[in-house]
Amino acid sequence: MTAACSAALQLGLSIGMPVSKAQAMVPGLQVLQADPSADAASLERLALWVLQRISPVVAVDAPDGLVIDSTGADHLHGGEEAMLEALIGRLTMSGVTARAAISDSWGAAHALARHVAEPIHVQEAGTLEDCLAPLPLSALRLPPATLSGLHGLGFRRIGDLLHQPRAPLTRRFGPELCRRLDQALCRTSEPIEPLRPAEVVEVRRSFAEPIAAAETIARYIGKLTARLCEELEERGVGARRLDLLAWRVDAQIQTLRVGLARPQRDPKRLTRLLCEKIETISPGFGIEILSLTAVMTEPLEARQTASSLLEEPVADISGLVDVLANRVGARAVYRFAPVASDVPERAVARIAPLSEPVGFGWPDHWPRPTRLLPRPEPIETMALLPDQPPVWISWRGIRRRVRRADGPERVFGEWWKRDAETVSVRDYFCVEDDGGERFWVFRAGDGENSQTGSHRWFLHGIFG
Amino acid sequence: MPARPAQPAIAALRAQIAALEGESSRNRAFLPFDVPELDARLPGGGLALGCLHEVAGGGSGAVDGAAASCFAAGIAARLPGQVLWCVTQADLFAPGLEQAGLGPDRVIVVEAGDDVSVLACMEEGLRHGGLAVVVAEVARLSMTVSRRLHLAAKESGTTGIALRRWRREQDAFDFGQPTAAMTRWRISVLPSASLPVPGISRARWLVELIRARAGESVDIELEACDGTGHLRLPADVADRSAAAAGGRRSAVS
Repeated sequence: MTAACSAALQLGLSIGMPVSKAQAMVPGLQVLQADPSADAASLERLALWVLQRISPVVAVDAPDGLVIDSTGADHLHGGEEAMLEALIGRLTMSGVTARAAISDSWGAAHALARHVAEPIHVQEAGTLEDCLAPLPLSALRLPPATLSGLHGLGFRRIGDLLHQPRAPLTRRFGPELCRRLDQALCRTSEPIEPLRPAEVVEVRRSFAEPIAAAETIARYIGKLTARLCEELEERGVGARRLDLLAWRVDAQIQTLRVGLARPQRDPKRLTRLLCEKIETISPGFGIEILSLTAVMTEPLEARQTASSLLEEPVADISGLVDVLANRVGARAVYRFAPVASDVPERAVARIAPLSEPVGFGWPDHWPRPTRLLPRPEPIETMALLPDQPPVWISWRGIRRRVRRADGPERVFGEWWKRDAETVSVRDYFCVEDDGGERFWVFRAGDGENSQTGSHRWFLHGIFG
Repeated sequence: MPARPAQPAIAALRAQIAALEGESSRNRAFLPFDVPELDARLPGGGLALGCLHEVAGGGSGAVDGAAASCFAAGIAARLPGQVLWCVTQADLFAPGLEQAGLGPDRVIVVEAGDDVSVLACMEEGLRHGGLAVVVAEVARLSMTVSRRLHLAAKESGTTGIALRRWRREQDAFDFGQPTAAMTRWRISVLPSASLPVPGISRARWLVELIRARAGESVDIELEACDGTGHLRLPADVADRSAAAAGGRRSAVS
């Protein structure tokens, strides 16, 4: 038996057991042939999926894992923990049970993912030894013979080995044991050879002399982009995501990732996007190899710009959107789109800047402010219940007399979203003070029934 | 002494200055406000396109920038094409902009971390040339930066609007510092006209043109943007200003 599901493990079966014994223990057991080559192929497909979405450096950690170098990629996903949560969430949605850990070294992450992660674990900086010490020796990726030998000597945990003299161990078990130990403890480097499947377009250039100056890097980026675009053109595709990997002399990989809103294969534009980010590459003692990969591509056909002489050509702003998105982050460039909701904070959705025009807006029966506070701010008021506007309001320490007011505009809670909103109500008023400033205030509750809200007043927006 | 009657010497000097600045007014387009009282006093009869303009709110509008953004949205709404709006705080409310005439399909918002990157995004948008208007909400705008932005706008023909917005009301004194902007506007809210029934009428602004290159400053009371981005002279003010203007003319002559 090479693998078993959790239900089978609960029945007392274990991995490594002969199939006949398992069948004797559990009548009607469903047995499938192990297919290591198909497993490896599907693991590689998964690695490619991760490569396109999470980080430019991903490799297969055979037989059942992936290793991701997330340096410089985690902040794009909102931090390490958020990145792992999103990754595991998306894997779970597609039916893959997975565990993930982030650590200083490949070895330690391998061990923590398999023995600590539930389902995620982020090792805090400086606690590498303490984290590894209680783990069993099998977490160290050692050959079975070494493991059983160590067991015979009474070693159970990694902590037992940490302070042992190295020489006798190496003499007995060979250099592999101490090498694995050092790799897990981040004392020797363990480079990750990034996965590059055959269908991904990649161009690379090795240098006889390591390069370091920004101008030199920019020049070679230009050359690589030109070659990449030729290859993309041959295949009739455009790049949606580009990865530039720079192998340094000290075997470190520096990465640079660029996203595009629409498939592109214009060398000038791609070069510009990449060159804007050169400052994020730290060349160290020099760069030996530069490799440029289009990890995500989409079909790109030649298009006519204007279909008739009468038609005004529409300005193409995808280049601008790409530059801005790569500068401030793809999530920070957006367009507004209407959502059918009366609750103001839910009425606006953010969509990609180059989506098709929505074509309609919001209903304009009532005036809407130009500024909406991120959260409604509580204010002091005096108002007649149940449906009179306030006589004065006091916001941020300034008391304003209400000169004119309009309302109420009643907004009911959306019962299909949360139970708490089944009965909740907001009454919105537009009020104008002595100076002419207009505010959008609301009362939580309908003014009669205390179940509908706290009857406290809030300021939600400012009119222009 | 009003410089209305065309004096050939002054006109020649103006043309010379414009040539020195590299701004020939012949190929420049202007966007009229469709308020004759305001357009008549603006050089060129409207807002110069392909330039940098500055807009700020008066009073507490310096902090929230609500009226100023409505004014900018009204200008953008009357120009065809996409609009780039660079912000640091994400408190823009799209339904409000739509009521000033600027629909959601036309606005691309860029949320940048600080003033420096907002200005960089604005410059990028101005240089691109495919946009109609680039609006940027910034607190500080130095002479050097504004000059860069103005040149970028001039090159591409895209209109730039620097919407000045400060953290505190006291910081608004910064608005007095010189910049390379073509015009500088301050939009303050005024009490609106009273209706015979309970309710609120169209908002009313005091639109002050504090500075205009080769032009005079103006302050005028107007009604806020309607659904197409147009301003309007309030009915009572229209009557009053005719009377007042008549009185002044008689005083001068």
